[in-house]
Amino acid sequence: MRSFQYTITDPIGLHARPAGLLVKAIKELDSAVTIAKEGGKSAAGTKLMAIMGLSVKKDDVVTITLEGGNEEANAAALEKFFKENL
Amino acid sequence: MQVATGRSILNGIAIGPLRIYQKKETQTAQTSTLTPAEELERFESARLAAQKQLGGLYDKALEEVGEENAAIFEIHQMMLDDDDYLDAVKNIIETQSATAEYAVTTTGENFSATFAAMDDAYMQARSVDVKDISGRVVNILTGQGDKDLLGEEAAILVADDLTPSETVQLDKSKLLGFITRHGSSNSHTAILARTMNIPALIGVDFNDSWDGKLAVLDGYNHCVYVEPAAELLAAMEEKRKEDLKQEALLQGLKKKPNVTLDGKEIKVYANIGNVGDVGLVLQNDAQGIGLFRSEFIYLDSKDFPSEDAQFAIYKRVAETMAGKKVIIRTLDIGADKQADYFGLDKEENPALGYRAIRICLTRREIFKTQLRAILRASAFGTISIMFPMIISVREVRDAKDVLEECRKELLAQGTAVGEVEIGIMIETPAAVMMAEELAEEVQFFSLGTNDLTQYTLAIDRQNPKLDAFYDPHHPAVLRMIRHAVEAGHRHGCWVGICGELGADATLTETFLRMGVDELSVSPPAVLPLRKVIRGLDLSKPSHKIL
Repeated sequence: MRSFQYTITDPIGLHARPAGLLVKAIKELDSAVTIAKEGGKSAAGTKLMAIMGLSVKKDDVVTITLEGGNEEANAAALEKFFKENL
Repeated sequence: MQVATGRSILNGIAIGPLRIYQKKETQTAQTSTLTPAEELERFESARLAAQKQLGGLYDKALEEVGEENAAIFEIHQMMLDDDDYLDAVKNIIETQSATAEYAVTTTGENFSATFAAMDDAYMQARSVDVKDISGRVVNILTGQGDKDLLGEEAAILVADDLTPSETVQLDKSKLLGFITRHGSSNSHTAILARTMNIPALIGVDFNDSWDGKLAVLDGYNHCVYVEPAAELLAAMEEKRKEDLKQEALLQGLKKKPNVTLDGKEIKVYANIGNVGDVGLVLQNDAQGIGLFRSEFIYLDSKDFPSEDAQFAIYKRVAETMAGKKVIIRTLDIGADKQADYFGLDKEENPALGYRAIRICLTRREIFKTQLRAILRASAFGTISIMFPMIISVREVRDAKDVLEECRKELLAQGTAVGEVEIGIMIETPAAVMMAEELAEEVQFFSLGTNDLTQYTLAIDRQNPKLDAFYDPHHPAVLRMIRHAVEAGHRHGCWVGICGELGADATLTETFLRMGVDELSVSPPAVLPLRKVIRGLDLSKPSHKIL
């Protein structure tokens, strides 16, 4: 298992468009990905509406956890995605 | 006459009959006569058809309202791929022997309710999106095509709420304006209305007796007059005519080149202060962004904006402009633009003080954060960097050294960096006099005429008592501009104007004759400027002399 944290900088938070792109990116990975918000709510990385349902806002810290597959490379790819889009 | 108020989405006037649109509750059977497997198959083929329709709508919206606003239909397509949504529909079909219509409607309502209950206005607005995609699938299942909301006659559409797809599908030639009871200024529908330039009011408590009555939607005053008094109607018709004249003029100029009657072309770009302005840039058909005032990112912030935060902004602008040029002016803070967290001292003479590149070159950590963010974003579009308040070759070389240092650091980390054109603002008399040497260092000049005028004429822009002396058409200013253009061209630089003079129609001919390559103006000034350019003939002798 590999996990990392990211603080959202996008002014509208994890909104529909980046959430869509995120799910698309995660579906291409061979790890199972979970996205968790501080306070315990979490969603599977392949579920668009569940991720939007987390209602992640600017300055929220999310924890991304990867399990199975090439965890290191996948984590690096996702970290890059967050930095570039959120 | 009845008057009702709401919130206006767009300043404009619409006059015409009201048409109340009631969404028909389609009666669907709950229990199916088919097997669950057959219902699942019906659902699957309807879902695919819906995604195909959405693909078509995406293309239509892309054409009409731009990439940023079209994205919602891509999201809708992805929502129809959502596992939870699909599982919920399948579950209802399988466990309740339900029809696909019923399963989709119920699922849509459930998900929509979840979003509506969130404490975040943006997410609440998404509940409409879920209803929208569900409605689309149900319409396909029941064999109803896209509904024609408007009927034969042009009208002001009145509805409880409109979904983004309903808004885009409306026949624009028959849609005079729209009024909704619900909806937020945050909703995609509101954004689309703004981009499509349709007067709209939201939050209006209408009643059904309005149907068919003549009304005036007054976006300027946030209200609607039902059965307006004759005088009011006449006044509004007059105002509407004025608006239309203006609009027709501008619409006709979209996608036309900025070329004079005798064939000389000039680029017309737009100035922006934040990401939100990019929509206006595209809507007004500017060929690029000639001045992105990056200091607004700092002014809107309570502390130094991080590299990642800035990167996200620059990247979004670059991507949305899709390959068109985006010129980012590095931090131009100080003088009349102050942010507390910079901790700048009070100055006797701020316009001549510690500002812009002078801050950047002495507080390099701030400068580097910005340059790194811009360089990272340059991999996603066509970005140029422009340094403000330059007076010497030394400063340009120093700034370029810092930029090079950032580039090397990023490349060493394996971060992608694009090709970046480098330019400077010419806004001090010193820069004009040094233009030959400065042109050797950079690829372009952009003339900041507001500061150039203030420094050339030694007139404080902030002092209203000096208005009578402040003459931006002063020959000294125009000669400064001409000198910079000529010196730039001799050394292979292109030269633009990004100050207020750029939009001054009385000078457009002068600038063209000087050989100015680009004018960058506020987005709403782009099309009026295009009109001026297209009416000029430079082959005729000029009567203006400098």
